Amino acid sequence: MRKLVTSVLAGIGLTLACGTSVYAQEKSLTIFWAEWDPANYLQELGNEYEKETGVKINVETTPWSDFQTKAFTEFNAHGDAYDLVVGDSQWLGAGSTGGHYVDLTDFFKKHDLGNVMAPATVKYYAEYPGNSGKYWAIPLEGDAVGWSYRKDWFEDPKEKEAFKAKYGYDLDVPKDFKALRDIAEFFYRPDQKRYGIAIYTDNSYDAMAMGFENALFSYGGDLGDYSTYKVDGHINSEKAVAALDAYKELYKFTPPGWAKSFFVEDNQAITENLAAMSMNFFAFFPSLINEASNPNAKNTGFFANPPGPDGDQFAALGGQGISVVSYSQKQDEAMKFLEWFIKDETQKKWAALGGYTCSAAVLKSPEFQSATPYNKAFYETMFKVKDFWAVPEYAELLQQLNQRVYPYMIGGSGTAKETLDALAGDWNATFKKYGRGQ
Amino acid sequence: MATTMITTLDRSSRAAARGLSDISIRNLFIIPTVLFLIVFNIFPLIYSLGYSFTDFRASTNAPANFVGLQNYRDLLNDPYVWSNFAITAKYVIVSVAGQLLVGFGVAMLLNRDIPLKGLITTLLLLPMMLSMAVVGLFWKLLYDPSWGVINYALGLGNFEWLADPKMALYAVALTDIWMWSPFVMLLSLAGLSAVPKHLYEAAAIDRAGPFYTFFRITLPLVAPILMIAVIFRTMEAFKTFDLAYILTSQPTAELISIRLYKMAFQEWQTGRSCAMAYIVLIMVLAITNIYVKYLNKVKER
Repeated sequence: MRKLVTSVLAGIGLTLACGTSVYAQEKSLTIFWAEWDPANYLQELGNEYEKETGVKINVETTPWSDFQTKAFTEFNAHGDAYDLVVGDSQWLGAGSTGGHYVDLTDFFKKHDLGNVMAPATVKYYAEYPGNSGKYWAIPLEGDAVGWSYRKDWFEDPKEKEAFKAKYGYDLDVPKDFKALRDIAEFFYRPDQKRYGIAIYTDNSYDAMAMGFENALFSYGGDLGDYSTYKVDGHINSEKAVAALDAYKELYKFTPPGWAKSFFVEDNQAITENLAAMSMNFFAFFPSLINEASNPNAKNTGFFANPPGPDGDQFAALGGQGISVVSYSQKQDEAMKFLEWFIKDETQKKWAALGGYTCSAAVLKSPEFQSATPYNKAFYETMFKVKDFWAVPEYAELLQQLNQRVYPYMIGGSGTAKETLDALAGDWNATFKKYGRGQ
Repeated sequence: MATTMITTLDRSSRAAARGLSDISIRNLFIIPTVLFLIVFNIFPLIYSLGYSFTDFRASTNAPANFVGLQNYRDLLNDPYVWSNFAITAKYVIVSVAGQLLVGFGVAMLLNRDIPLKGLITTLLLLPMMLSMAVVGLFWKLLYDPSWGVINYALGLGNFEWLADPKMALYAVALTDIWMWSPFVMLLSLAGLSAVPKHLYEAAAIDRAGPFYTFFRITLPLVAPILMIAVIFRTMEAFKTFDLAYILTSQPTAELISIRLYKMAFQEWQTGRSCAMAYIVLIMVLAITNIYVKYLNKVKER
């Protein structure tokens, strides 16, 4: 009898324990993002939210290389593992037309986010299709491609003198793409194991596209007309051809083996004393001013992507917005989190933790701009950014760009004009296949 | 006929005491396995065959439209896909031939009485026991032009193993050879130790030279087991993914499995990638069949 009583009591206890844990689970939200420092900052911000409301925030991450694959596998299976996802800007088309994202247009209008957030972030992280007034995400992490450089190499009087003798102007932060090229050539010294420049060349996701876009947009070219889907005369225009040649020219001055490089390698170029200048997303700069991760932290400077020959100055956009997953069981709870997230004081906290806020007010504030050596360059860049296609079939367009541009850039096959003509042909065929703009 | 193949149940066994017949025991063991195979292998296989005739994309809500043989026609007309196949063929030939040469050679060296033979054999087997992804990451470091051990040891300066479009595929094949030669070695050792010693004695008495002995005695007797090694390695090499994916992104080293992965899980062209998977499946089946026919012939001899 006693045994029976004990087991019944144990059973009740177990049921209660399970019950409370189920209850605790209900008060939590899972946010999916890629594995990088900003995700850790978001977790810290989430801990603040938990202190205020008792709702636990779990930021779940996966390496960048399979971020896209993992997120869409979950979406396509209509899974509710994630309540919110901090998705890449290119995903908007696939996320919205595929029914994976909750329509946030009303939320956007109610809180006047079109004016609260910086205009470029609203345009590229939130709206789809372009100019439709439909919003699918809240700009969360602003990002764009900028440059880091070795101040000690640039400021060495001997180097300055030698540079002036060779090129006829002062060695300084590059004022345009020509200076960028000259400086890269100047510091390219394989015998000293020192090289000129580190750029993006990896062709497995969007690295190559982002790198090439930096040259393309500053040379005054563009990928195509985003409203009519016309690409002929855009991606293969004279300006675009000149931009591709300029980007390929930079590849000559990269460290050896620079054929599959993205953000990790480009930061290594600075930390390992390999290159004088290195292209990277602003989101990866915090580790460059940290002495624990960069022995040259004190000697690392930053600049915005320089203008091209005609004075146009743009940069390739990175960054992400946060969306509510339509298969989530806790959409109301997720909306509450978003309401908290867009508050001014939260945005300030977010920036202080290391997140790149998109809030126009915070970006413009002097505290933000003087907080780090790169915040000013970031603020300037965020008002002149352009992005890749955001259509649902963007991955096919990326793959075609990689297939055409990579063999020319790295293998040296064909000419820039042939490469971009062929790319225009591929893109036309793809847009035709999906019945766009014909 | 079928009943004669089953060993009859021992009448004193517990199963018999519970009234289970031979057939019900057979069913008890086989049916779950068959069901599992049907649910997880056969059903997806047939289902994806259906998808291969549609323009289905798993990433959208758009319904799948029947497009007939369009996917197959597009794929077989795509020069990139053909180049992927050519690259894969080159890779399979180089890597399997390399593994056979190295593996069989090492087995010949080990097939004698040497001190610490057991230890040496065990150590040689280590590469095969590592994970493919880990081997890829290690070799990426070894190949590195700036600080890699290989260039340092060979005095090659800044030679770019993985960034050179002509070299990248061979660099991947070399890694595969390093990793899987031990497998061929292990099978060859088993084959070599099974060759009757008296044949060698007879050859020695007849004053046969080492080449004659090798080509007339050793090779023919080890051939069937070598063929098995070749079948396994060819199938594995054909579907190599992780090693090549981690080591290089050169288009000249883009194997068919990498192309398939990109098409299916980065571009989400589900219908088309199903068609591609079927093309690959048919090719692997055809190649394996040729090998199996040849293996049977070798065995008959």
